[in-house]
Amino acid sequence: MLPVDGFGFWEGRELGKVNHRMDPEVSAVRLTILEAVHILSSSEDGGRIFCTLESLKRYFGETENPALPEEQEEFARIHFSTFLRFLVGKLSPDWLELLPDGQMEELWASFFLEGPADQAFLVLMESIEGAASPSFRLMKMVQLLARFLSVGRMAAVMEGQCRQQAGPAFPLLQETLLTKVVGLPDRLGNRLQRENLATFFPQNYFPLLGEEVLRVLQVVVDSLRGGLDCSVSFLSQVLGKACVHGRQKEVLGVLVPRLTVLTQGSCLWQRVCWCLVERVPNWAMEAVLKGFVEAAPGPEVLSRLLGNLVTKNKKAQFVMTRKLLFLQYSCTMPMLQSLLGYLAMDSQRRSLLMQAGPTTHQVLKELLETWGSSSAIRHVPLVQQRYVSKAILICLAHLGEAELQDSRDELLASLMEGVKSRLDSSLPPVRRLGMIVAEVASARIHPEGPPLKFQYEEDELTREMLALAMPRPAADGPSEAGPSFALVSGETPDRETVDCSGPQAGPEGSDSELDSDDEFVPYDMSVDRERRSSKAPSYVRGCLEALTGSEDWERWEAALWALEGLIFRSPAATQEVSVELAKVLLHLEEKTAVAGFDGLRQRALVAVTVTDPAPVAEYLTTQFYALNYSLRQRMDILDVLTLAAQELSRPGRLGKAPQRGSPDPGSQPGGAVVPAWRAVVEERIKRKTRRFSKGSAGQAPAVGPNEFNLVAGYFFFPLLQHFDRPLVTFDLLGDDQLVLGRLAHTLGALMYLAVNTMVAMPMGKALLEFVWALRFHGDAYVRRGLLSAVSAVLLSVPTEQLLADLLDELLEARSWLGDVAEKDPDEDCRLLAVKALLLLEKLRDKLLPLSSP
Amino acid sequence: MAAPRLPPPDPQFVLRGAQSAVHALHFCEGAQGQGRPLLLSGSLRGLVHIWSLQTRRVVATLDGHGGQCVTWLQTLPQGPQLLSQGRDLKLCVWDLAEGRNAVVDSVLLESVGFCRASVLAGGLQRWMLAVPGRGGDEVQILEMPSKTSVCSLKPEAQARLGMPMCLQLWQADTSPRPLLLAGYEDGSVALWDVSSRKVCSRVACHTEPVMGLDFDSQEARGVSGSAEKALAVWSLDEQQALQVRGTHVLTNPGIADVKIRPDRRILATAGWDHRVRVFHWRTMKPLAVLAFHSATVHCVAFAADGLLATGSGDQRISVWSLYPRT
Repeated sequence: MLPVDGFGFWEGRELGKVNHRMDPEVSAVRLTILEAVHILSSSEDGGRIFCTLESLKRYFGETENPALPEEQEEFARIHFSTFLRFLVGKLSPDWLELLPDGQMEELWASFFLEGPADQAFLVLMESIEGAASPSFRLMKMVQLLARFLSVGRMAAVMEGQCRQQAGPAFPLLQETLLTKVVGLPDRLGNRLQRENLATFFPQNYFPLLGEEVLRVLQVVVDSLRGGLDCSVSFLSQVLGKACVHGRQKEVLGVLVPRLTVLTQGSCLWQRVCWCLVERVPNWAMEAVLKGFVEAAPGPEVLSRLLGNLVTKNKKAQFVMTRKLLFLQYSCTMPMLQSLLGYLAMDSQRRSLLMQAGPTTHQVLKELLETWGSSSAIRHVPLVQQRYVSKAILICLAHLGEAELQDSRDELLASLMEGVKSRLDSSLPPVRRLGMIVAEVASARIHPEGPPLKFQYEEDELTREMLALAMPRPAADGPSEAGPSFALVSGETPDRETVDCSGPQAGPEGSDSELDSDDEFVPYDMSVDRERRSSKAPSYVRGCLEALTGSEDWERWEAALWALEGLIFRSPAATQEVSVELAKVLLHLEEKTAVAGFDGLRQRALVAVTVTDPAPVAEYLTTQFYALNYSLRQRMDILDVLTLAAQELSRPGRLGKAPQRGSPDPGSQPGGAVVPAWRAVVEERIKRKTRRFSKGSAGQAPAVGPNEFNLVAGYFFFPLLQHFDRPLVTFDLLGDDQLVLGRLAHTLGALMYLAVNTMVAMPMGKALLEFVWALRFHGDAYVRRGLLSAVSAVLLSVPTEQLLADLLDELLEARSWLGDVAEKDPDEDCRLLAVKALLLLEKLRDKLLPLSSP
Repeated sequence: MAAPRLPPPDPQFVLRGAQSAVHALHFCEGAQGQGRPLLLSGSLRGLVHIWSLQTRRVVATLDGHGGQCVTWLQTLPQGPQLLSQGRDLKLCVWDLAEGRNAVVDSVLLESVGFCRASVLAGGLQRWMLAVPGRGGDEVQILEMPSKTSVCSLKPEAQARLGMPMCLQLWQADTSPRPLLLAGYEDGSVALWDVSSRKVCSRVACHTEPVMGLDFDSQEARGVSGSAEKALAVWSLDEQQALQVRGTHVLTNPGIADVKIRPDRRILATAGWDHRVRVFHWRTMKPLAVLAFHSATVHCVAFAADGLLATGSGDQRISVWSLYPRT
């Protein structure tokens, strides 16, 4: 019998050890146990075994005549775990049935549940891992472990470690315990596979562990009150390890809310809590702190739980002031606010945020430096840029004016550099980010200077960011005070406008029947424009005159409004003056504040181009590379070419009236709105019309030759000719990268619209060369354009021709695309590259069935 | 700005067939015992059409103004009697009972202006009529049906108000004295006490002639529109003094007619810019711009059930159901 052999081994070794240093009384314990072991291993008599085991329980000290304390200690320290192992070895169905009603099992279990918890736990884990699976013993042990957890013995395990700090430490034992306590779900999962119990699932176990930690903390606090020394470092380690295992949510989700309450009134609890975090080993500090920041409901709570940890612990300081801010960008906004609020709450910590002295590194200054660095703007993902910007705004909201004044110049310098490079960017989100931060930060850093004011569209992000910049109320309960105040202040002006200048202000406001009128929702009133006089010219030539020579601004406006319709009504008359008209329109300036001037001018230009494509496109493309145009005009040319090409390539165009306000390509400013009424009308028709034949309810798609076929070359090739030759006023490869990006997008669009045309093949070749030349361009917008151009080539050029004539170019492009898809800092670029790669894959799939049979 | 606005509403239906510009509209509340009211319209060519809102067809056509424009229509509560004012300087009283349509009486007018008449009928056999009077600046008050001239209200000579442009007779609940609100050519609105023939109060709310006004006697607040680009809201205090409460600037100049809905919740204006504008009466918040007509809108009218009719120079009458009463 193995266990007995094991005991024999223990007998020899341990006995010798004991003999060396223990007095004779202690060896009485050993004798008792040896006897008990003998009885247990030889006897089959249930009653006798029961008595023997019962008698041993007096060493736990809870029976009527407990053993002497020294005996208890000796038993616990030397004999207990070996005895437990022996008991595990005895476990079998027959043995348990020696006594009726499961008495034996109860007694057997009581040794594990009542004896010293750490050893019991270790033996349990060990025997579970050692037991053959599946077996009776394994099952029993697992049930026992579940029971062990459910009666709260885990707290006893940890409590034991907290107390032991006073005596000699057992680093190895502690290490083992730590691993087993935290790794329990994994070990059980591995061992039991599908038979695992729900108690051991991590999502159930770790909250339980949290509860147990809390109980131990309670004990620690109680014993500290009683003047006893205790250490929480084992708890810190447990916490750290659990967090490193990625279980912050489960453990801290239980711990933090309770600690929030407990630390509220008690200094002792606060001290214990600070201690708990401080003792977390360095390797786990980041995980724990992140968990705390996440779980704490606000900076006040965080400050209460962590104390001045960041000033005491280097690692914590690194995590809180650098890692979470600069190296990662995964924190949510509430987390970021908690974090920075925590730093700002105490004067010692505040110095980390912002200090006049040059010694400490300061969060705000570094944030601004990071924000301002132009290479960061180019190479850092937009999400992270937003993150840093938000962090800056929160920082500014927390800092007082006096603190900012001290290093105003430095701050302003890095701010301005960042603003400048952001405004230069061709990506609208980056520009907008620059504007918002510039507005808010300059107002805070340099309050007496003239306020910066930019025009940007308001959306969710801008509102969120502006809200972040508002200083938080210092009170502990902002959530109660805030909305009610806002409600009151929001209502007052409303009332005032209603009752303005009236001596009797009361009766209207208090009329409850009339108050319900507020639910009258206004309709869209965008049709309510100024009426135009009826001076509009009725011929295209008349328009031309009115637009060039006229000093009569009403006539000028009317001509602009009428032009598009006239061009479509009389194509022949337009063709006579097409180039002249295009020239006039291209140089047209907004002389009066006409609503929608840009749209009108653009539509007219598109109409001219569509009516007489070849000469006008030729004119426009040459003007694109001419001297003395503004960037705006050059970009207008690109837009017009795209829109005209779109209109020309629209199938069935001749059958229908020209489409007004066709959808705009890419990032078109002030584009026409998709008419909502059309949807409404169609919906109404659908509702009121009964169709007898279900099925193809929609119209058949219009068919016809692609009109763009004949003129695509006029649109496309001239644009490619001069891009690498800088002019005095226009340098595509230099500063004017915005136009270059737009050019790349336009070329892609033209390529796409040239589908099913003869010229697609040479266009594709030329475009791939263009892309190849620019593929490492630093600006994300340009790269996006290039990537979409590649996709357009893949879509428009027939497969056979692609493979026959462009194979080398494609292979080159493919390796580049793979690179971009993996490494590009811009998210959209990666996405576009993946799309292009997918198109290439599709191409290959098409090829395979051809070659396989 | 958050939620997209509802697209502008469409008319419930459109009445075509007036065959000339529509200059006057009036709802006649179920006089014939029918479920829906009749709609009366007066046209540029002097015809009065009676439309059934049920069949949406012309029920009858009245021709009594010799081809001259009909500018004002009103029915009397005590019986199916219709008043129509025309530019032929005649105000006709029609008997419409039991399918009759004959002129039973007529009043000769002495002013060639555009001013529309006004009626104050307290449910009695006698009623009061205000019409533009002689001399260009007078308002004549007649007692009907006897056609006796009660008085003529002539502003003081130095006031230089010009012609009266629009009239509204009314009576406060608390006092039996009839009052008259008149909009004048110089852009001012005056309150006349008819019995004492005096101007109680006058307020200059426009710089151009007042083209239309309506008054909410329960709230003692009124609104007027003129040839300029603004609507004026004014109120009357206990001392019978008019005060401008605010002006509301419009996109385009020219208001031909203003009406407050009988439930006093919204008001509609007829615009020279072809558009009908709807406002919330208490707050003057713009609610809708109805851009349906293709010519000047001459008149608007509300039915008791809240239906809105608008008549325009494009010979169409559109009928709208906006913010229905629940």
